[in-house]
Amino acid sequence: MSSQGIDVQYVADLARLRLSADEVATFQKQLSDILGYVDQLQKVDVSSVEAITASAPTSNNLRTDELKPSISAEEALANAPVQSDNLFIVPRMVE
Amino acid sequence: MSMIHFSVTALRKQLAAKEISPVEVVDALLARIEAIDPQVKAYLHVDAAAAREAAKSADVTRPLGGVPIAIKDVLNVKGDPCTCASKILKGYIAPYDATTIGKLRDAGAILLGRTNMDEFAMGSSTENSSWGSTRNPWSLAHIPGGSSGGSAAAVGAHEAFAALGSDTGGSIRQPAALCGCVGLKPTYGRVSRFGLVAFASSLDQIGPFTKTVEDAALLMNVLSGHDPLDNTSSRQQVPDLTARLTGDIKGMKLGVPKEYFIEGIDPQVDAAVKAAIAKYQELGAEIVEISLPHTEHAVAVYYILATAEASANLARFDGVRYGTRAEKPTGVLDMYGRTRAEGFGPEVKRRIILGTYVLSSGYADAYYKHAQKVQELIRQDFHKAFEKVDAILTPTSPTAAFKAGERTASPLQMYLADIFTIAVNLAGVCGISLPCGFTMPEGDTPRLPIGLQIIGPNWGEETILRAGHAYEQSTGWHKELPPI
Repeated sequence: MSSQGIDVQYVADLARLRLSADEVATFQKQLSDILGYVDQLQKVDVSSVEAITASAPTSNNLRTDELKPSISAEEALANAPVQSDNLFIVPRMVE
Repeated sequence: MSMIHFSVTALRKQLAAKEISPVEVVDALLARIEAIDPQVKAYLHVDAAAAREAAKSADVTRPLGGVPIAIKDVLNVKGDPCTCASKILKGYIAPYDATTIGKLRDAGAILLGRTNMDEFAMGSSTENSSWGSTRNPWSLAHIPGGSSGGSAAAVGAHEAFAALGSDTGGSIRQPAALCGCVGLKPTYGRVSRFGLVAFASSLDQIGPFTKTVEDAALLMNVLSGHDPLDNTSSRQQVPDLTARLTGDIKGMKLGVPKEYFIEGIDPQVDAAVKAAIAKYQELGAEIVEISLPHTEHAVAVYYILATAEASANLARFDGVRYGTRAEKPTGVLDMYGRTRAEGFGPEVKRRIILGTYVLSSGYADAYYKHAQKVQELIRQDFHKAFEKVDAILTPTSPTAAFKAGERTASPLQMYLADIFTIAVNLAGVCGISLPCGFTMPEGDTPRLPIGLQIIGPNWGEETILRAGHAYEQSTGWHKELPPI
Protein backbone atom coordinates (compact mmCIF):
# COMPACT_ATOMS: atom_id res chain seq x y z
CA MET A 1 0.00 0.00 0.00
CA SER A 2 1.83 3.05 -1.26
CA SER A 3 0.44 6.48 -0.63
CA GLN A 4 2.52 7.91 -3.47
CA GLY A 5 0.73 5.62 -5.87
CA ILE A 6 -2.53 7.43 -6.51
CA ASP A 7 -3.00 8.53 -10.11
CA VAL A 8 -5.74 11.11 -9.65
CA GLN A 9 -6.53 11.46 -13.35
CA TYR A 10 -6.95 7.71 -13.79
CA VAL A 11 -9.17 7.36 -10.69
CA ALA A 12 -11.29 10.38 -11.70
CA ASP A 13 -11.93 8.68 -15.05
CA LEU A 14 -13.06 5.54 -13.22
CA ALA A 15 -15.43 7.72 -11.17
CA ARG A 16 -16.78 9.45 -14.31
CA LEU A 17 -15.66 12.77 -12.92
CA ARG A 18 -13.99 15.32 -15.17
CA LEU A 19 -11.31 17.38 -13.42
CA SER A 20 -9.42 20.50 -14.46
CA ALA A 21 -5.60 20.41 -14.48
CA ASP A 22 -5.65 22.58 -11.33
CA GLU A 23 -7.97 20.16 -9.56
CA VAL A 24 -5.77 17.20 -10.49
CA ALA A 25 -2.72 18.95 -9.02
CA THR A 26 -4.52 20.03 -5.83
CA PHE A 27 -6.13 16.64 -5.22
CA GLN A 28 -2.85 14.83 -5.96
CA LYS A 29 -1.22 16.67 -3.05
CA GLN A 30 -4.20 16.52 -0.67
CA LEU A 31 -5.00 12.87 -1.32
CA SER A 32 -1.33 11.90 -0.92
CA ASP A 33 -1.42 13.58 2.52
CA ILE A 34 -4.62 11.75 3.46
CA LEU A 35 -3.33 8.40 2.20
CA GLY A 36 -0.11 9.00 4.11
CA TYR A 37 -2.20 9.47 7.23
CA VAL A 38 -4.29 6.32 6.70
CA ASP A 39 -1.11 4.28 6.15
CA GLN A 40 -0.95 4.09 9.96
CA LEU A 41 -3.45 1.23 9.68
CA GLN A 42 -0.76 -1.03 8.20
CA LYS A 43 0.83 -1.40 11.61
CA VAL A 44 -2.39 -2.67 13.22
CA ASP A 45 -2.38 -6.40 13.86
CA VAL A 46 -5.65 -7.71 12.44
CA SER A 47 -4.81 -11.40 12.55
CA SER A 48 -7.55 -12.00 15.13
CA VAL A 49 -10.30 -10.58 12.97
CA GLU A 50 -12.39 -11.89 10.13
CA ALA A 51 -13.59 -9.16 7.74
CA ILE A 52 -17.28 -8.58 8.10
CA THR A 53 -19.40 -6.26 6.05
CA ALA A 54 -22.24 -5.02 8.23
CA SER A 55 -22.21 -2.70 11.25
CA ALA A 56 -24.38 -5.04 13.31
CA PRO A 57 -24.51 -8.82 13.23
CA THR A 58 -27.32 -9.74 10.86
CA SER A 59 -28.56 -12.68 8.86
CA ASN A 60 -30.54 -12.56 5.64
CA ASN A 61 -33.53 -10.33 6.21
CA LEU A 62 -36.10 -11.35 3.64
CA ARG A 63 -39.68 -10.22 3.14
CA THR A 64 -42.51 -11.57 1.02
CA ASP A 65 -42.64 -10.16 -2.48
CA GLU A 66 -45.92 -8.26 -2.46
CA LEU A 67 -47.18 -5.49 -4.70
CA LYS A 68 -47.43 -2.25 -2.70
CA PRO A 69 -48.40 1.28 -3.76
CA SER A 70 -45.47 3.36 -5.01
CA ILE A 71 -44.95 6.65 -6.80
CA SER A 72 -46.29 6.91 -10.34
CA ALA A 73 -44.13 6.95 -13.47
CA GLU A 74 -45.08 10.58 -13.90
CA GLU A 75 -43.82 11.47 -10.40
CA ALA A 76 -40.67 9.42 -10.90
CA LEU A 77 -39.94 11.30 -14.12
CA ALA A 78 -40.78 14.74 -12.77
CA ASN A 79 -37.18 15.47 -11.69
CA ALA A 80 -35.51 14.20 -14.88
CA PRO A 81 -33.45 16.81 -16.75
CA VAL A 82 -34.81 15.47 -20.07
CA GLN A 83 -37.83 13.21 -20.45
CA SER A 84 -40.31 12.30 -23.13
CA ASP A 85 -43.03 9.66 -23.70
CA ASN A 86 -42.71 8.34 -20.14
CA LEU A 87 -38.97 7.73 -20.63
CA PHE A 88 -35.69 9.20 -19.40
CA ILE A 89 -33.88 10.64 -22.41
CA VAL A 90 -30.07 10.27 -22.63
CA PRO A 91 -27.53 10.96 -25.39
CA ARG A 92 -27.15 8.23 -27.99
CA MET A 93 -25.01 5.39 -26.57
CA VAL A 94 -24.78 2.98 -29.52
CA GLU A 95 -24.15 4.14 -33.07
CA MET B 1 -39.87 34.19 28.77
CA SER B 2 -40.83 34.44 25.11
CA MET B 3 -42.35 31.24 23.75
CA ILE B 4 -39.51 30.81 21.25
CA HIS B 5 -37.28 29.82 24.18
CA PHE B 6 -39.57 26.97 25.28
CA SER B 7 -38.44 23.39 25.09
CA VAL B 8 -40.67 21.07 23.05
CA THR B 9 -41.91 19.56 26.32
CA ALA B 10 -42.87 22.99 27.73
CA LEU B 11 -44.39 24.02 24.42
CA ARG B 12 -46.56 20.89 24.31
CA LYS B 13 -47.93 21.60 27.78
CA GLN B 14 -48.90 25.13 26.77
CA LEU B 15 -50.43 23.91 23.51
CA ALA B 16 -52.39 21.10 25.20
CA ALA B 17 -53.73 23.52 27.83
CA LYS B 18 -54.69 25.91 25.01
CA GLU B 19 -52.60 28.65 26.64
CA ILE B 20 -51.16 29.26 23.17
CA SER B 21 -52.22 28.14 19.70
CA PRO B 22 -50.12 26.43 17.02
CA VAL B 23 -50.68 29.49 14.79
CA GLU B 24 -49.19 31.77 17.47
CA VAL B 25 -46.23 29.41 17.84
CA VAL B 26 -45.53 29.33 14.11
CA ASP B 27 -45.87 33.12 13.85
CA ALA B 28 -43.47 33.67 16.76
CA LEU B 29 -40.94 31.30 15.23
CA LEU B 30 -41.21 32.85 11.75
CA ALA B 31 -40.66 36.30 13.31
CA ARG B 32 -37.56 34.98 15.10
CA ILE B 33 -36.26 33.47 11.85
CA GLU B 34 -36.88 36.70 9.99
CA ALA B 35 -35.06 38.68 12.68
CA ILE B 36 -31.91 36.58 13.10
CA ASP B 37 -31.54 34.12 10.25
CA PRO B 38 -30.06 36.69 7.85
CA GLN B 39 -27.05 36.55 10.22
CA VAL B 40 -27.06 32.89 11.29
CA LYS B 41 -28.08 31.49 7.87
CA ALA B 42 -29.31 28.21 9.34
CA TYR B 43 -32.18 27.79 6.90
CA LEU B 44 -32.01 27.21 3.16
CA HIS B 45 -35.75 27.20 2.58
CA VAL B 46 -38.69 28.22 4.78
CA ASP B 47 -42.23 27.70 3.53
CA ALA B 48 -44.03 30.16 5.83
CA ALA B 49 -47.40 29.84 4.11
CA ALA B 50 -47.43 26.04 4.33
CA ALA B 51 -46.39 26.15 8.00
CA ARG B 52 -49.16 28.64 8.83
CA GLU B 53 -51.65 26.49 6.96
CA ALA B 54 -50.53 23.32 8.80
CA ALA B 55 -50.76 25.18 12.13
CA LYS B 56 -54.45 25.94 11.57
CA SER B 57 -55.38 22.26 11.54
CA ALA B 58 -52.72 20.93 13.96
CA ASP B 59 -53.97 18.33 16.45
CA VAL B 60 -52.37 19.32 19.76
CA THR B 61 -53.33 16.04 21.43
CA ARG B 62 -50.74 14.15 19.38
CA PRO B 63 -47.16 13.55 20.66
CA LEU B 64 -45.72 16.50 18.68
CA GLY B 65 -49.03 18.19 17.82
CA GLY B 66 -48.47 21.78 16.69
CA VAL B 67 -44.70 21.68 17.27
CA PRO B 68 -42.66 23.15 14.37
CA ILE B 69 -39.58 21.10 13.47
CA ALA B 70 -36.73 21.99 11.08
CA ILE B 71 -35.33 19.37 8.71
CA LYS B 72 -31.78 18.96 7.40
CA ASP B 73 -31.73 19.34 3.62
CA VAL B 74 -30.72 15.68 3.21
CA LEU B 75 -34.18 14.19 3.91
CA ASN B 76 -36.95 13.89 1.33
CA VAL B 77 -40.04 15.88 2.32
CA LYS B 78 -42.70 15.42 -0.34
CA GLY B 79 -43.16 18.58 -2.40
CA ASP B 80 -40.12 20.36 -0.87
CA PRO B 81 -36.71 20.96 -2.40
CA CYS B 82 -34.01 18.56 -1.14
CA THR B 83 -30.64 19.72 -2.43
CA CYS B 84 -28.18 18.22 0.09
CA ALA B 85 -26.63 21.70 -0.26
CA SER B 86 -25.35 20.60 -3.68
CA LYS B 87 -25.67 22.31 -7.03
CA ILE B 88 -26.26 18.89 -8.61
CA LEU B 89 -29.69 18.71 -6.92
CA LYS B 90 -30.74 22.27 -7.73
CA GLY B 91 -34.40 22.24 -8.66
CA TYR B 92 -35.07 18.72 -7.33
CA ILE B 93 -38.48 18.38 -5.65
CA ALA B 94 -38.89 15.35 -3.40
CA PRO B 95 -41.58 13.03 -4.79
CA TYR B 96 -42.08 11.18 -1.48
CA ASP B 97 -41.62 11.48 2.28
CA ALA B 98 -38.73 9.90 4.17
CA THR B 99 -40.07 7.47 6.80
CA THR B 100 -38.93 9.80 9.60
CA ILE B 101 -40.84 12.65 7.95
CA GLY B 102 -44.00 10.53 7.78
CA LYS B 103 -43.55 9.72 11.47
CA LEU B 104 -43.23 13.41 12.33
CA ARG B 105 -46.37 14.18 10.31
CA ASP B 106 -48.28 11.35 12.05
CA ALA B 107 -47.17 12.76 15.41
CA GLY B 108 -48.69 16.12 14.47
CA ALA B 109 -45.45 18.07 13.94
CA ILE B 110 -45.36 21.08 11.62
CA LEU B 111 -42.47 20.77 9.17
CA LEU B 112 -40.93 24.20 9.05
CA GLY B 113 -37.95 24.77 6.82
CA ARG B 114 -34.92 22.99 5.44
CA THR B 115 -31.58 23.56 7.13
CA ASN B 116 -28.12 24.09 5.69
CA MET B 117 -25.41 21.43 5.73
CA ASP B 118 -22.07 20.46 4.25
CA GLU B 119 -22.65 19.22 0.70
CA PHE B 120 -23.93 15.61 0.88
CA ALA B 121 -23.15 15.69 4.62
CA MET B 122 -19.40 15.74 3.93
CA GLY B 123 -17.71 18.15 6.29
CA SER B 124 -17.39 19.34 9.87
CA SER B 125 -18.09 23.07 9.57
CA THR B 126 -21.00 23.59 7.10
CA GLU B 127 -18.52 25.56 4.99
CA ASN B 128 -18.88 22.96 2.22
CA SER B 129 -22.44 24.06 1.45
CA SER B 130 -22.97 25.22 -2.14
CA TRP B 131 -25.36 27.87 -0.82
CA GLY B 132 -23.03 29.65 1.61
CA SER B 133 -21.96 28.80 5.15
CA THR B 134 -23.98 28.90 8.38
CA ARG B 135 -22.64 30.77 11.42
CA ASN B 136 -22.50 29.84 15.09
CA PRO B 137 -25.24 31.56 17.16
CA TRP B 138 -22.75 32.09 20.02
CA SER B 139 -20.27 33.91 17.74
CA LEU B 140 -21.00 34.81 14.15
CA ALA B 141 -17.28 34.71 13.27
CA HIS B 142 -17.25 31.00 14.13
CA ILE B 143 -18.57 27.94 12.33
CA PRO B 144 -21.48 25.89 13.75
CA GLY B 145 -19.79 22.55 13.16
CA GLY B 146 -21.10 20.06 10.64
CA SER B 147 -22.30 18.49 8.66
CA SER B 148 -25.73 19.23 10.22
CA GLY B 149 -24.62 22.79 11.06
CA GLY B 150 -27.89 24.40 9.96
CA SER B 151 -29.99 22.20 12.24
CA ALA B 152 -27.62 22.74 15.18
CA ALA B 153 -27.45 26.51 14.67
CA ALA B 154 -31.25 26.76 14.29
CA VAL B 155 -31.87 24.98 17.59
CA GLY B 156 -28.91 26.70 19.31
CA ALA B 157 -30.21 30.11 18.19
CA HIS B 158 -33.77 29.25 19.27
CA GLU B 159 -35.04 29.68 15.73
CA ALA B 160 -36.21 26.04 15.82
CA PHE B 161 -37.69 24.11 18.74
CA ALA B 162 -36.11 20.93 17.42
CA ALA B 163 -34.56 19.70 14.20
CA LEU B 164 -33.56 16.50 12.43
CA GLY B 165 -30.04 15.82 11.26
CA SER B 166 -27.98 12.87 10.05
CA ASP B 167 -24.79 11.51 11.60
CA THR B 168 -22.26 9.41 9.68
CA GLY B 169 -19.12 10.29 11.66
CA GLY B 170 -20.34 12.90 14.15
CA SER B 171 -22.52 15.16 12.00
CA ILE B 172 -25.19 15.47 14.72
CA ARG B 173 -23.11 15.36 17.90
CA GLN B 174 -20.21 17.63 16.87
CA PRO B 175 -22.38 20.59 15.68
CA ALA B 176 -24.69 20.11 18.70
CA ALA B 177 -21.63 20.49 20.96
CA LEU B 178 -20.40 23.57 19.09
CA CYS B 179 -23.84 25.26 19.10
CA GLY B 180 -24.75 24.47 22.72
CA CYS B 181 -27.65 22.10 22.10
CA VAL B 182 -28.43 18.41 22.50
CA GLY B 183 -27.83 16.00 19.60
CA LEU B 184 -28.37 12.25 19.55
CA LYS B 185 -26.95 9.64 17.15
CA PRO B 186 -29.09 6.52 17.55
CA THR B 187 -27.83 2.94 17.43
CA TYR B 188 -27.42 1.82 13.81
CA GLY B 189 -30.80 0.39 12.79
CA ARG B 190 -32.84 2.18 15.46
CA VAL B 191 -34.24 4.77 13.02
CA SER B 192 -35.23 4.11 9.40
CA ARG B 193 -32.95 5.64 6.77
CA PHE B 194 -35.57 5.41 4.01
CA GLY B 195 -35.68 8.80 2.27
CA LEU B 196 -32.32 9.94 3.65
CA VAL B 197 -29.96 10.71 0.77
CA ALA B 198 -27.24 8.13 1.42
CA PHE B 199 -23.63 9.11 2.21
CA ALA B 200 -22.19 5.94 3.84
CA SER B 201 -25.10 3.56 4.23
CA SER B 202 -23.50 1.32 6.87
CA LEU B 203 -22.80 4.31 9.14
CA ASP B 204 -25.62 6.84 8.50
CA GLN B 205 -28.30 7.40 11.15
CA ILE B 206 -30.96 10.11 11.46
CA GLY B 207 -31.38 11.75 14.86
CA PRO B 208 -32.75 14.77 16.71
CA PHE B 209 -31.36 18.16 17.76
CA THR B 210 -33.15 19.60 20.79
CA LYS B 211 -32.73 22.12 23.60
CA THR B 212 -33.08 19.51 26.35
CA VAL B 213 -32.39 15.81 26.88
CA GLU B 214 -36.06 15.15 27.65
CA ASP B 215 -36.97 16.59 24.23
CA ALA B 216 -34.45 14.27 22.59
CA ALA B 217 -36.18 11.32 24.30
CA LEU B 218 -39.56 12.58 23.10
CA LEU B 219 -38.38 12.83 19.50
CA MET B 220 -36.66 9.44 19.64
CA ASN B 221 -39.97 7.89 20.77
CA VAL B 222 -41.50 9.20 17.55
CA LEU B 223 -38.59 8.42 15.19
CA SER B 224 -37.56 4.93 16.34
CA GLY B 225 -38.74 1.58 15.08
CA HIS B 226 -38.67 -0.96 12.30
CA ASP B 227 -39.50 0.08 8.75
CA PRO B 228 -40.11 -2.46 5.97
CA LEU B 229 -38.65 0.12 3.55
CA ASP B 230 -35.23 0.04 5.29
CA ASN B 231 -33.92 -3.49 5.48
CA THR B 232 -31.25 -2.47 8.00
CA SER B 233 -33.78 -1.05 10.46
CA SER B 234 -34.20 -3.20 13.54
CA ARG B 235 -37.21 -5.06 14.91
CA GLN B 236 -35.79 -4.53 18.41
CA GLN B 237 -38.55 -3.24 20.69
CA VAL B 238 -38.57 0.52 21.42
CA PRO B 239 -39.11 1.40 25.09
CA ASP B 240 -40.77 4.67 26.16
CA LEU B 241 -37.58 6.73 26.41
CA THR B 242 -39.16 9.54 28.44
CA ALA B 243 -40.41 7.18 31.17
CA ARG B 244 -37.19 6.72 33.12
CA LEU B 245 -35.81 10.26 33.15
CA THR B 246 -36.00 10.41 36.92
CA GLY B 247 -32.74 12.20 37.64
CA ASP B 248 -31.64 9.20 39.70
CA ILE B 249 -28.49 7.55 38.38
CA LYS B 250 -27.12 6.14 41.63
CA GLY B 251 -24.99 3.10 40.99
CA MET B 252 -24.72 3.72 37.25
CA LYS B 253 -21.25 2.69 36.03
CA LEU B 254 -19.68 5.26 33.72
CA GLY B 255 -16.44 4.57 31.87
CA VAL B 256 -13.80 7.18 31.13
CA PRO B 257 -11.50 6.05 28.30
CA LYS B 258 -7.95 7.33 28.63
CA GLU B 259 -7.57 7.52 24.83
CA TYR B 260 -10.06 10.43 24.74
CA PHE B 261 -8.04 12.70 27.02
CA ILE B 262 -4.98 13.21 24.88
CA GLU B 263 -2.53 15.88 23.87
CA GLY B 264 -4.08 18.30 21.38
CA ILE B 265 -7.39 18.58 23.20
CA ASP B 266 -8.20 22.17 24.22
CA PRO B 267 -7.40 22.53 27.96
CA GLN B 268 -10.74 24.27 28.57
CA VAL B 269 -12.62 21.38 26.92
CA ASP B 270 -10.59 18.92 28.96
CA ALA B 271 -11.39 20.81 32.19
CA ALA B 272 -15.13 21.13 31.44
CA VAL B 273 -15.49 17.42 30.68
CA LYS B 274 -13.49 16.44 33.77
CA ALA B 275 -15.77 18.71 35.85
CA ALA B 276 -18.76 16.89 34.35
CA ILE B 277 -17.21 13.56 35.33
CA ALA B 278 -16.81 14.85 38.89
CA LYS B 279 -20.45 15.94 38.85
CA TYR B 280 -21.48 12.40 37.91
CA GLN B 281 -19.54 11.08 40.85
CA GLU B 282 -21.42 13.55 43.07
CA LEU B 283 -24.71 12.28 41.61
CA GLY B 284 -23.87 8.77 42.74
CA ALA B 285 -22.44 7.25 39.57
CA GLU B 286 -19.41 5.00 39.76
CA ILE B 287 -16.58 6.25 37.54
CA VAL B 288 -14.44 3.51 35.99
CA GLU B 289 -11.26 4.09 34.01
CA ILE B 290 -11.42 2.08 30.80
CA SER B 291 -9.42 1.66 27.60
CA LEU B 292 -10.58 1.74 23.98
CA PRO B 293 -7.16 0.85 22.55
CA HIS B 294 -7.93 1.23 18.82
CA THR B 295 -9.34 4.77 19.12
CA GLU B 296 -6.35 6.37 17.39
CA HIS B 297 -7.16 4.50 14.16
CA ALA B 298 -10.83 5.50 13.92
CA VAL B 299 -10.35 8.53 11.66
CA ALA B 300 -8.20 6.56 9.21
CA VAL B 301 -10.67 3.66 9.08
CA TYR B 302 -13.54 6.08 8.60
CA TYR B 303 -11.99 7.93 5.67
CA ILE B 304 -11.51 4.63 3.86
CA LEU B 305 -14.89 3.02 4.56
CA ALA B 306 -17.06 6.15 4.39
CA THR B 307 -15.51 7.42 1.15
CA ALA B 308 -15.73 3.95 -0.41
CA GLU B 309 -19.46 3.81 0.31
CA ALA B 310 -19.91 7.44 -0.77
CA SER B 311 -18.23 6.82 -4.13
CA ALA B 312 -20.78 4.07 -4.81
CA ASN B 313 -23.78 5.99 -3.40
CA LEU B 314 -23.00 9.16 -5.34
CA ALA B 315 -22.70 7.30 -8.63
CA ARG B 316 -26.47 7.80 -8.92
CA PHE B 317 -25.95 11.51 -9.62
CA ASP B 318 -25.30 11.14 -13.31
CA GLY B 319 -27.62 13.68 -14.94
CA VAL B 320 -30.21 11.10 -15.99
CA ARG B 321 -32.98 10.62 -13.44
CA TYR B 322 -32.82 13.75 -11.30
CA GLY B 323 -30.79 16.84 -10.66
CA THR B 324 -28.93 18.90 -13.21
CA ARG B 325 -27.32 17.84 -16.50
CA ALA B 326 -24.42 19.55 -18.29
CA GLU B 327 -25.44 21.49 -21.39
CA LYS B 328 -25.21 19.86 -24.84
CA PRO B 329 -23.39 16.61 -24.02
CA THR B 330 -21.57 15.09 -26.99
CA GLY B 331 -22.13 11.58 -25.67
CA VAL B 332 -22.95 9.70 -22.51
CA LEU B 333 -19.43 9.79 -21.01
CA ASP B 334 -19.22 13.51 -21.68
CA MET B 335 -22.61 13.91 -19.97
CA TYR B 336 -21.51 11.99 -16.86
CA GLY B 337 -18.10 13.64 -16.61
CA ARG B 338 -19.24 17.24 -17.04
CA THR B 339 -22.52 16.90 -15.08
CA ARG B 340 -20.57 15.64 -12.07
CA ALA B 341 -17.73 18.14 -12.56
CA GLU B 342 -20.17 21.06 -12.60
CA GLY B 343 -22.54 19.69 -9.95
CA PHE B 344 -20.23 18.53 -7.14
CA GLY B 345 -18.12 20.78 -4.91
CA PRO B 346 -14.43 20.14 -4.07
CA GLU B 347 -14.91 18.08 -0.88
CA VAL B 348 -17.40 15.75 -2.56
CA LYS B 349 -15.05 15.29 -5.52
CA ARG B 350 -12.14 14.59 -3.18
CA ARG B 351 -14.09 11.90 -1.34
CA ILE B 352 -15.42 10.29 -4.52
CA ILE B 353 -11.85 10.00 -5.82
CA LEU B 354 -10.52 8.66 -2.51
CA GLY B 355 -13.40 6.17 -2.26
CA THR B 356 -12.99 5.03 -5.85
CA TYR B 357 -9.26 4.58 -5.27
CA VAL B 358 -9.57 2.46 -2.11
CA LEU B 359 -12.02 0.17 -3.91
CA SER B 360 -10.07 -0.02 -7.17
CA SER B 361 -8.44 -3.15 -8.47
CA GLY B 362 -5.20 -3.87 -6.64
CA TYR B 363 -5.97 -1.60 -3.68
CA ALA B 364 -9.24 -2.97 -2.25
CA ASP B 365 -7.49 -5.58 -0.11
CA ALA B 366 -4.82 -3.23 1.22
CA TYR B 367 -7.22 -0.40 2.00
CA TYR B 368 -10.89 -1.36 2.14
CA LYS B 369 -10.72 -4.90 3.49
CA HIS B 370 -7.94 -4.06 5.91
CA ALA B 371 -9.93 -1.06 7.22
CA GLN B 372 -12.95 -3.32 7.78
CA LYS B 373 -10.82 -5.53 9.98
CA VAL B 374 -9.63 -2.57 12.04
CA GLN B 375 -13.29 -1.46 12.27
CA GLU B 376 -14.05 -4.82 13.84
CA LEU B 377 -11.30 -4.23 16.42
CA ILE B 378 -12.85 -0.84 17.24
CA ARG B 379 -16.26 -2.50 17.61
CA GLN B 380 -14.78 -5.13 19.95
CA ASP B 381 -13.18 -2.36 22.05
CA PHE B 382 -16.66 -0.98 22.76
CA HIS B 383 -18.25 -4.37 23.36
CA LYS B 384 -15.56 -5.24 25.89
CA ALA B 385 -15.99 -1.84 27.59
CA PHE B 386 -19.75 -2.29 27.87
CA GLU B 387 -19.23 -5.53 29.74
CA LYS B 388 -17.82 -3.36 32.52
CA VAL B 389 -19.76 -0.08 32.27
CA ASP B 390 -23.27 1.14 31.41
CA ALA B 391 -22.10 4.16 29.39
CA ILE B 392 -18.92 6.06 28.47
CA LEU B 393 -18.12 9.76 29.03
CA THR B 394 -15.88 11.69 26.61
CA PRO B 395 -15.54 15.14 25.08
CA THR B 396 -17.66 15.45 21.91
CA SER B 397 -15.07 17.55 20.08
CA PRO B 398 -11.43 18.27 20.94
CA THR B 399 -12.08 22.03 20.63
CA ALA B 400 -14.95 24.49 20.80
CA ALA B 401 -16.11 26.10 17.53
CA PHE B 402 -13.29 27.31 15.31
CA LYS B 403 -13.26 30.44 13.16
CA ALA B 404 -14.74 30.37 9.68
CA GLY B 405 -12.03 29.75 7.08
CA GLU B 406 -9.53 28.48 9.62
CA ARG B 407 -9.38 24.86 8.42
CA THR B 408 -10.69 24.99 4.86
CA ALA B 409 -7.18 24.82 3.36
CA SER B 410 -6.37 21.45 4.94
CA PRO B 411 -8.90 18.63 4.49
CA LEU B 412 -6.93 16.44 6.90
CA GLN B 413 -7.10 19.06 9.70
CA MET B 414 -10.85 19.29 9.13
CA TYR B 415 -11.20 15.50 9.35
CA LEU B 416 -9.54 15.51 12.77
CA ALA B 417 -12.43 17.63 14.15
CA ASP B 418 -14.40 14.36 14.35
CA ILE B 419 -11.76 12.37 16.21
CA PHE B 420 -14.05 11.69 19.23
CA THR B 421 -17.29 10.97 17.38
CA ILE B 422 -16.25 8.72 14.50
CA ALA B 423 -15.60 5.51 16.47
CA VAL B 424 -19.24 5.52 17.66
CA ASN B 425 -20.47 5.22 14.06
CA LEU B 426 -17.86 2.60 13.21
CA ALA B 427 -19.01 0.51 16.19
CA GLY B 428 -22.70 1.11 15.42
CA VAL B 429 -23.47 2.12 19.02
CA CYS B 430 -25.39 5.22 20.18
CA GLY B 431 -24.14 8.57 21.46
CA ILE B 432 -25.50 11.87 22.67
CA SER B 433 -23.86 15.28 23.05
CA LEU B 434 -25.10 17.80 25.58
CA PRO B 435 -23.81 21.15 26.88
CA CYS B 436 -21.29 20.93 29.76
CA GLY B 437 -19.86 24.43 29.97
CA PHE B 438 -18.25 27.28 28.06
CA THR B 439 -14.81 28.49 27.12
CA MET B 440 -13.58 31.78 28.62
CA PRO B 441 -14.00 34.82 26.35
CA GLU B 442 -10.70 35.74 24.73
CA GLY B 443 -9.97 38.83 22.63
CA ASP B 444 -12.85 39.32 20.22
CA THR B 445 -14.06 35.73 20.74
CA PRO B 446 -16.96 35.45 23.19
CA ARG B 447 -17.54 32.36 25.33
CA LEU B 448 -18.31 29.26 23.25
CA PRO B 449 -20.21 26.11 24.23
CA ILE B 450 -18.48 22.83 25.12
CA GLY B 451 -20.12 19.43 24.64
CA LEU B 452 -20.05 16.25 26.72
CA GLN B 453 -20.50 13.00 24.79
CA ILE B 454 -22.20 10.02 26.43
CA ILE B 455 -21.77 6.78 24.49
CA GLY B 456 -24.08 3.82 25.08
CA PRO B 457 -24.15 0.22 23.86
CA ASN B 458 -26.42 -1.05 21.07
CA TRP B 459 -30.03 -0.13 21.95
CA GLY B 460 -28.71 1.83 24.95
CA GLU B 461 -30.58 5.06 24.13
CA GLU B 462 -32.51 4.81 27.39
CA THR B 463 -29.28 4.70 29.41
CA ILE B 464 -27.56 7.66 27.71
CA LEU B 465 -30.74 9.76 27.89
CA ARG B 466 -31.16 8.95 31.59
CA ALA B 467 -27.52 9.84 32.30
CA GLY B 468 -27.71 13.00 30.19
CA HIS B 469 -30.95 14.14 31.79
CA ALA B 470 -29.63 13.71 35.34
CA TYR B 471 -26.54 15.80 34.55
CA GLU B 472 -28.49 18.47 32.68
CA GLN B 473 -31.04 18.91 35.49
CA SER B 474 -28.33 19.22 38.14
CA THR B 475 -26.25 21.77 36.21
CA GLY B 476 -28.61 23.88 34.08
CA TRP B 477 -26.24 24.61 31.17
CA HIS B 478 -29.22 24.18 28.81
CA LYS B 479 -30.80 27.34 30.24
CA GLU B 480 -28.01 29.59 28.92
CA LEU B 481 -29.08 31.74 25.98
CA PRO B 482 -26.88 32.75 23.02
CA PRO B 483 -26.22 36.48 22.61
CA ILE B 484 -28.09 36.71 19.32
